[in-house]
Amino acid sequence: MSDLKQELKEKIITQLNLEDIAIEEIADNDPLFGDGLGLDSIDALELIVMLDKDYGIKLTDPKEGKKIFESIEIMANYIAAHRTK
Amino acid sequence: MKAQNLKIKDYCRISNNKVLLNDKLLFEDPTSDFTTFIKLAYKKMDTNYPKFFKMDDLSKLGFLATDILLKPMTQDPEMPKNIALVFSNSASSLQTDRKHQKSITDKENYFPSPAIFVYTLPNICLGEISIKHRLHSENSFFIFNHFNADYLHAYASSLIKTEKADEVLCGWINCDAEDYEAFLYLVSAEGSIAHKKEEIIKLYTTK
Amino acid sequence: MNKIYLSYNNIVSSLGFDSPTVVHNIHEGLSGVTLIEDENLFPSPFYASVLDTDKLGMAFEKLQPNGDYTRLEKMMILSLTKIIKASGVALTDRVGLILSTTKGNIDTLDPRNPMPSERAYLGTLGHIIKNYFGFTTEPIVLSNACVSGILAISIAKRFISQGTFDKVFIVGGDIVSNFILSGFNSFQAMSPLPCKPYCKQRSGINIGEVAASVLVSKDQKKLVPEAVEILGEASCNDANHISGPSRTGEGLYRSILSAFKEAKVGSRDIDYISAHGTATNFNDEMEAIALNRLGLDTVPLNSLKGYFGHTLGGSGLLETIVGMHSLYHNTLYASKGFTELGVSQPLNIITATTSKDLNCFLKTASGFGGCNTAAVFKKVES
Repeated sequence: MSDLKQELKEKIITQLNLEDIAIEEIADNDPLFGDGLGLDSIDALELIVMLDKDYGIKLTDPKEGKKIFESIEIMANYIAAHRTK
Repeated sequence: MKAQNLKIKDYCRISNNKVLLNDKLLFEDPTSDFTTFIKLAYKKMDTNYPKFFKMDDLSKLGFLATDILLKPMTQDPEMPKNIALVFSNSASSLQTDRKHQKSITDKENYFPSPAIFVYTLPNICLGEISIKHRLHSENSFFIFNHFNADYLHAYASSLIKTEKADEVLCGWINCDAEDYEAFLYLVSAEGSIAHKKEEIIKLYTTK
Repeated sequence: MNKIYLSYNNIVSSLGFDSPTVVHNIHEGLSGVTLIEDENLFPSPFYASVLDTDKLGMAFEKLQPNGDYTRLEKMMILSLTKIIKASGVALTDRVGLILSTTKGNIDTLDPRNPMPSERAYLGTLGHIIKNYFGFTTEPIVLSNACVSGILAISIAKRFISQGTFDKVFIVGGDIVSNFILSGFNSFQAMSPLPCKPYCKQRSGINIGEVAASVLVSKDQKKLVPEAVEILGEASCNDANHISGPSRTGEGLYRSILSAFKEAKVGSRDIDYISAHGTATNFNDEMEAIALNRLGLDTVPLNSLKGYFGHTLGGSGLLETIVGMHSLYHNTLYASKGFTELGVSQPLNIITATTSKDLNCFLKTASGFGGCNTAAVFKKVES
């Protein structure tokens, strides 16, 4: 599980181009949106593509994403339970 | 305000791995590729805007050239400016278009990215600039095969004459294959260069 | 300042290849939006408004063209041919050409497309249209997202006022492509059903394709009966987000206010609003907020997206032309797809096509990059 969390942090930094943020700066329970990492609606859509591409998880309702992408912890739990690849 | 009294206040050029403001060299890095060069230029200019790194090349180029010109003018949030943005180029957003096309060509690996797709419009760059400088102003993005001083001159003059804008940031930002070029100039009531077609061409061709 | 008019006009769309036919079909309540099954365009079936390729080909062949033309070029040439011919305007150095498009020949980037990918340069498209007709001035291509079509009218007016041209032909258009469909789908913006602007059950957009054209002129003689005067126009950015519209409708609010100022009209002078109405949650809500801030909530309003889908760079022009005919026929056309108000502020959505004396209408559009445009048009008094 901690491997998956680490992997997610790396992916978020590279795929969402968070140039000035280091992996160590993202805590497992930090909020990703709003005041946390400052991600926005396009980032949320990009994370939906990432779930599909890297973990074989298809979200049909973007509102689902809101809950899943709350923090690294929640995201990792969701992926571990639903991944198909 | 009479259009014939308009001036060119400042101009900025980013090309050949150099950043120039009114012909003064601000930054140079002859050896690096565009991605590295524009990042180093961003740091050197002390731009400090993390969203910069999410932008495509065209937006980065236009954003940085604009920031150099407008930063001294738009810092006070209590004093909003009515500066129109009139940009042009020849390749539209094709460089990013090609990236999006690549993501959908292979049906077995079909993952279009919203963060790329959003930049498949040239005027997104104008949106990025408007957000940073709080400009609720006129935006137009034209495509010409070559830099067209005639049309830019007439259009900028008309925007000021009809009081649709107080000042107009005009010019050319292009990114295509291995090539990039930004040349922006600010049309204003103040300045030392006359806002004339001949002057615009002279500034554009002096590299 | 000289008065400036919109005169000769044409629409090449799934609802017909000339304005009167298209407007008649709208009157009849027909929609060009259908279920399309074409894996070359999108992996699963989707709703869109697409031209019949054979009909387009046949109509184009009648022009006896030399050389190969892309789908969009055929549509644009077909549309412009009709108005250039009908107007009898000689293409001198006083006549401009403006193209409004978001993606032009973007289908040529697809490796399966037989045309060279260099055709995707918008300047190339401009010159193909210029050379086909023999325009003598450099084409101006405008690519400003979904406001392009209406902004092109503003720009034509500005160039004429400035003395650059006496007349400007505008052609606007975009095609339904796998490029666009895949992109909007990645934005989760596509509706699984025919779109329902401003409706409680709305669930996103349908994409459509169209080529529309209009002659902009300061010449009050030789106007067509449906001609309108451009009273005022403006374009303001939200300065808020590159893809999502402002929650307060700031840019649209300012655009309308500024267009009203130039037009010297107020909310009470507007008989009809041809709004943007893409049928996404955020867009329609934003429009409702902006229109309410201006006290325009009681003015009859429609979105034409239910008839044509969202035709991107052509939409503002297409919808303005339908608005011209709406004034001419003194008819308010139903906002197709609408059943129950689904925005937080009141709007007077036109639920059935009805006759009403009309004099003045407002056209608005909003798009990616935070852009918004508004324009006010008035019947020409004969």
